[in-house]
Amino acid sequence: MTDWACATLLFAQEIAPREIPWLAWFLWLLIGFFGIFPGVVAYMVWAERKVAARFQDRIGPNRVGPLGLLQPIADALKLITKEDIVPDAADPIVHLLAPVIILVSSFLVLAVIPFGVGLAPVNLPSGLLYLIAVSSFSALGVFLAGWSSRNKYALLGGMRAVAQLVSYEVPQVLSTIPVILFTGSLSLVSMVDRQYEFGWFVFSPPGFLAFVVMTIASIAEVNRTPFDLPEAESEIIAGYHTEYSGMRFGLFFLAEYLSVFAVSCLGTVLFLGGGLLPFPLNRLAEWMGTGDWPAIVVNIGMVSVFSIKVLGYVFLMFWVRVTLPRMRVDRMMNFAWKYLVPLSIGNIVIAAVWFEMVLRDPIKRMAQVEITGDEYIPPGIGVGLKGWIVTGALVIALFLTVLRVNRGSHASKIKEITESPIPLPSEAPALFARAR
Amino acid sequence: MVMLNYVFICFLMLGAVGFAVAPLILERLIAPRKRGRSKGETYECGVLTTGETWIRFRIQYFIYALLFVVFDIETVFLYPWAVSYVGLGGFALVEMVIFLVVLLIGLIYAWATDALKWV
Repeated sequence: MTDWACATLLFAQEIAPREIPWLAWFLWLLIGFFGIFPGVVAYMVWAERKVAARFQDRIGPNRVGPLGLLQPIADALKLITKEDIVPDAADPIVHLLAPVIILVSSFLVLAVIPFGVGLAPVNLPSGLLYLIAVSSFSALGVFLAGWSSRNKYALLGGMRAVAQLVSYEVPQVLSTIPVILFTGSLSLVSMVDRQYEFGWFVFSPPGFLAFVVMTIASIAEVNRTPFDLPEAESEIIAGYHTEYSGMRFGLFFLAEYLSVFAVSCLGTVLFLGGGLLPFPLNRLAEWMGTGDWPAIVVNIGMVSVFSIKVLGYVFLMFWVRVTLPRMRVDRMMNFAWKYLVPLSIGNIVIAAVWFEMVLRDPIKRMAQVEITGDEYIPPGIGVGLKGWIVTGALVIALFLTVLRVNRGSHASKIKEITESPIPLPSEAPALFARAR
Repeated sequence: MVMLNYVFICFLMLGAVGFAVAPLILERLIAPRKRGRSKGETYECGVLTTGETWIRFRIQYFIYALLFVVFDIETVFLYPWAVSYVGLGGFALVEMVIFLVVLLIGLIYAWATDALKWV
């Protein structure tokens, strides 16, 4: 064994939490990262094709294996045996680099997601910040792909993609701030812990609004319908990956579905309580004394609950994809900057109000309980109800205000256009008559 | 300890690069490679490509990039505020509301001057 390998194992031992032996930790990282995730993602593609087929009254893949279950393997084999064509005009190095960058970025996003107790591949104290930073790398890869192909459609797709990714990153990042506020930490593990104490964050008016904004922005971040303009096949062939074939195209494909999986995991951890059970069931589990059960049993339960939530989230994305048509470019950009950004900025203030009304007192008392050792008494239902009414009203008011401002600006634009000296088609005959 | 986490992420990154490069090498070994004159042409729906492709951007993209930088730096300020909000009082809330209002004025300015209009 070389020194370098020894150092790797030592690092693994240092980092591994006490409960799991380091070898298991290391194996989980390797198998989990480069075995389970690509496998899950490959079957997500199969699931999407099946689901979309059902929605469109078709059968979907059913030739390769029972129910078409071997389809992902057949696809991978096909991609790997296809010729990899690089256009003569392209920049060969950047052309090769682009899919690698995108794939690395989508893999690294998964590195901080806590799938269960002590099952976050790396438990970073500033996990969310890291996640946001790494996920925005994919915009770079997309643009490199579009630019290096030296193809007009690819370049159009690349430019559109950067504009879109950059615009939707703002509401996506802003809508995570309420969660950080409620948790008081950037670590995704402590976010799940806080939701264990105070319920899922989606069950509060600011949390719900943030969840909705986050979901929409995430769909745009992974370039899926109705925001799939960067690869709009009816206008610009395949957008930024027009000139990619064979396995390089396969890497783009894998990266796209990996990031769909990653944003679903992120939404689940931030707002849907990670691997926690919903309200009546979690009390039941507590009553059954799951705290004393062996870690592996608890983890199996948590990972199953987590998977169910992620599947639901992914299914929502499939559903949106088969239901909604593609948006127009200007409307898509407007939607980010004129609806989602004001909504999420206002939501930060509402989240602070919710924190002051509902969360501050229990958090303070919980900290005291840890010092004095008294029994912790949860706050009465009245506090939560008051918070719900006030912040709910604020959220509705914010939503209506944003809607009204947009309608007003839209109406004034229409007025401007209709009252401008350019003749309308209906006036054309009269104008012709005058000219004659 | 915290640094070690990042070292570990670096290892993961190497692994991910390996995961991306391995199928490309495999493909290089087993996939057919036959170059042809028309195969290497730029694919633009069968029509030969005309003019230079690597053109300059429209200014619109630059404006969106500027706005993005403004709002992304805003979040860099907002994250520490949100993390330490538990220990701060109502004064922190007032300060942050002022900060957000200033930003909102910026957004309204961009909106009013049609910087957000896609042309």
